Amino acid sequence: MSSIEMITPAGAPRDVNPSEAYSLFGMKISTLNKLGILVFVIVALIVPLVVESYTIFQFTRAGILAIAIVGLNLLTGINGQFSLGHSAFFALGAYVTAIMIDQWEVAYIGTLVVSGVICFIAGFLFGLPALRLEGLYLALATFALAIATPQLLKYDLFEHWTGGVQGLDVFPPDWLDGDLNLYYFVFVMLMIAFATSYCLVHSRTGRAMIALRDNPLSAQTMGVNAPLYKSVTFGVSALFTGVAGSLDAIAIQYVAPDSFTFALAISLLVGLVIGGMGSIPGALFGGIFILFIPNLAEEVSKGLSWAVYGAFLILAVYVMPTGSAGLMRMAIGRFKKRIE
Amino acid sequence: MDLLIQQVLGGLATGGIYACLALAVVMIYQAIDHFNFAQGEMATFSTFVCWQLIFWGMDYWLAFALTLILSFVAGVVIERVVFKPIHDAPVMSHVIVFIALFSVFNSVSGFIWDFTIKEMPSPFPKEPLFGNTYIGMHETGMVFVTVIMLCLIFAFFRYTKIGLAMRAAAANPDSARLVGVNVGWMLALGWGLAAAVGAVGGIMIAPMVFLDPNMMLGILLYGFAGAVVGGLTSPGGAVVGGFMVGVIENLMGTFVPFIGTQLKLSVALLLIVIVLLVRPAGLFGRVVVSRV
Amino acid sequence: MTRFKKLIVGATAMTALALTAGAANAAGKYDEGASDTEIKIGNTNPYSGPASSYAVIGKSIDAYFKEINDRGGINGRKLNFISLDDGYSPPKTKEQFRRLVEKEKVLFIFQSLGTPTNSAVHKYINRKKVPHLFVATGATKWGDPENYPWTMGYQPNYQTAGKIFGNYVLQNKPKGKIGILYQNDDYGKDYVIGMQLALGDKFDKMVIAQQSYETTDPTVDSQVVNLRASGADVFYNVAIPKFAAQGIKKVHDMGWKPLHLLNDVSASIPSTIKPAGFEKSQGILTAGYMMDPNDPQWTDHEEMVAWRAFMAKYQPKGDLSNLNNVYGWAVAHLMEQVLIQAGDDLTRANIMKQAASVKDFRVPGLLPGINANTSATDFYPLEQMQMQRFEGEGWVRFGEIISAGSGS
Repeated sequence: MSSIEMITPAGAPRDVNPSEAYSLFGMKISTLNKLGILVFVIVALIVPLVVESYTIFQFTRAGILAIAIVGLNLLTGINGQFSLGHSAFFALGAYVTAIMIDQWEVAYIGTLVVSGVICFIAGFLFGLPALRLEGLYLALATFALAIATPQLLKYDLFEHWTGGVQGLDVFPPDWLDGDLNLYYFVFVMLMIAFATSYCLVHSRTGRAMIALRDNPLSAQTMGVNAPLYKSVTFGVSALFTGVAGSLDAIAIQYVAPDSFTFALAISLLVGLVIGGMGSIPGALFGGIFILFIPNLAEEVSKGLSWAVYGAFLILAVYVMPTGSAGLMRMAIGRFKKRIE
Repeated sequence: MDLLIQQVLGGLATGGIYACLALAVVMIYQAIDHFNFAQGEMATFSTFVCWQLIFWGMDYWLAFALTLILSFVAGVVIERVVFKPIHDAPVMSHVIVFIALFSVFNSVSGFIWDFTIKEMPSPFPKEPLFGNTYIGMHETGMVFVTVIMLCLIFAFFRYTKIGLAMRAAAANPDSARLVGVNVGWMLALGWGLAAAVGAVGGIMIAPMVFLDPNMMLGILLYGFAGAVVGGLTSPGGAVVGGFMVGVIENLMGTFVPFIGTQLKLSVALLLIVIVLLVRPAGLFGRVVVSRV
Repeated sequence: MTRFKKLIVGATAMTALALTAGAANAAGKYDEGASDTEIKIGNTNPYSGPASSYAVIGKSIDAYFKEINDRGGINGRKLNFISLDDGYSPPKTKEQFRRLVEKEKVLFIFQSLGTPTNSAVHKYINRKKVPHLFVATGATKWGDPENYPWTMGYQPNYQTAGKIFGNYVLQNKPKGKIGILYQNDDYGKDYVIGMQLALGDKFDKMVIAQQSYETTDPTVDSQVVNLRASGADVFYNVAIPKFAAQGIKKVHDMGWKPLHLLNDVSASIPSTIKPAGFEKSQGILTAGYMMDPNDPQWTDHEEMVAWRAFMAKYQPKGDLSNLNNVYGWAVAHLMEQVLIQAGDDLTRANIMKQAASVKDFRVPGLLPGINANTSATDFYPLEQMQMQRFEGEGWVRFGEIISAGSGS
């Protein structure tokens, strides 16, 4: 049946090595990419110096969501496993950090590392039974995970650590106290996430992941160990999202079960698709979209803000069916054609 | 023993709710090969429309019929207007549009009818069957309606030409076109039918749980669980699955102490995962074997 | 003088004049958000998401502030009410609070709604020293002036209510066996804690079953069945309207006749009692502090008449049967009183001081005899409730007005 086709996103990058065949203004595309990155870095470094604290806070959160989306992208965009449950890993990372700071006063960087490891293990373990689930069914199982997460967090047995329904206050370390500091830290983490993701995708492992998405049968025939790669991908994806959760715990300075409902999982998916499935920089656009567009929708109409948001989503899909990254690719392609 | 009977019958009652929704889910899946996340919200909206008609004084069955027709038309229109332009877009984009529809319907329902719960009348008599106190008349009636709907759907897909054409269009659009099936309109038809089935579900469910815009939020997952457990390719299986989820949920919540009521949702999750691991096609689904 | 010197003198004189003029004009003392002409008030409410039914409160407050503005404002200043949607999501609440304080620069925050949502901003708002007044939740932690001097609660907190129920059972059914249905969150658990405080060490003996539910559960029928099966003859119903109504229906249909204690959050007639059915709700007890607009005994009370006039003019499409519309209108009056008391000293410190100096203020819409009182050590404006029994089509009060100071 078509469950295999369903999870192969058309428009996601098929060639792993940027082709040297195109050139623009005499520069190779890869150089153009590098220029784009440089411009982006400069802008990102300067912007917080000219805007107010609150806006810096918003950008910081957009960056955190972008990191989470980079994680989701590895699993869904690159490896083709459809996850609607990443809010669970986000919550796990956030709570690990919160609990470690609250109970044992561990240094923040330490909690980041531990949170990453725990989330990797959790993702890997969830990935094992997920091997048998395809497309739709996997989506369901992960969706159920997302819905069950708040309930698990409130569970009496864990209350001593999680704070139950009351949640936990999270005290940021001194060197991260302050919007500007946190922004730069998140920016650095985002760059690390991009770089790691890029290297992973352009390695043998990455090619194996993509092969498993596009044609699992051929891939396995060629010797790719599907169970191993798929579970590891799940783990790595959870790692990224969990670290994002840890960052968010410091940004909001509070964690509670109600912060991690399935609405978050859906938001992350929306961010991924709008940004562009399979696109790493698209994750940033996605993060910005899911943070700012609901605010914009509220300005348009308070009573119908989510209807307006839905309208925006539909519009975005019409205008850019393959996400913002797809749009960029199309634009560059057309531009290039016109020059020749 | 009494408690056991109570919980089993209660489970069948809530299971009936899940079965209704599971049927709508399977319906749409058979028609368009996707899950429509907005199914619940569309059903809620339809139920509100029915409620409003009754509120304005219309006879129950007339309102019921009118709502079904309106829902059917709405489903067809949505498919033709919203989804036609993105037919060629990747699957994920479709999912995003489902999510968008969810937001729109939920928000509009709340805007028009606000969030105070409303009482939805039940067409069934008030006196419970045989005067028992275990399961009310409405719950019993709902089970009957679900079974009737199931039979109708089964007959439609199995014995009518259009039903066959729909299944063909969903399973293999290209081949279907080659034999003359108008795939576009089959999809629209599927949407319309699913919307109608959902509306029936909503109208049946509302008297039990009270009508408000967020009515279907929790039921959606349990309905999915029921559909998955029973098998997404089998309407009958989905209904059975729905009932099973209801009963198991109640029994586990009552008799397994450490789960209690706090982990009922997690139980649904576990159910889904276990069934999918052991028998991915669901208990009654068709097993698809792909040969290399 | 040289021209240069003249310039300097002139500039200095102008500056001095401007400064003194500014100072002299400030017959008022202002912090950010206040001026001669306006007072900016911030608020968050769940206009979307699972708790959206409460957003009626935000709209009511907005409508009443409009009425105040039409009368000329307070001490000549108009009220600018900025209310943002937080969808009942703590991270969103944090974002909106930061926006209100740092971008919109409001003078203070009023009636932000929800327990986890307010918890997320509790430390922040106190660090920023911005008054966080009359929060719309009954959780007990908001009345803690020692640790959180800038946050103040409003309604009788849930533990108070729980204590009142517990004491009632002790006095009227000391051998009762209690079964509790509660929502698995702050609100639900607070009511249970309240009962625990009243029953003391008898709690474990008397409470023989507790069943929780989540807002994602379709029904609570299964939980109610379990409570009955445990042998309980007192049913403590701590659920929000939708589930409380389901509970009332199930209890009746099952043929169970316990002493039925209903929490006040769900005591509104149109939200809970009517959907459940009047005939199924006879004899239910609750502890309340507000007048229900649907109760025939209050129809001609002057405050209800005033409220209906307000609704007709400022919220013509508003639901006249929704208790939350009275709640919003009532608490807005308390805010008005605090601002009147503040006069022209609109610094945040003074606002807080005035909020903590409310003496026997009659908040309209509350049951007769219940007034608002605060002091530097008492940050719970409302602490009185009265027990009521549902008879016919309305709530009938009985007994004395009970004052449960729950700081103790």
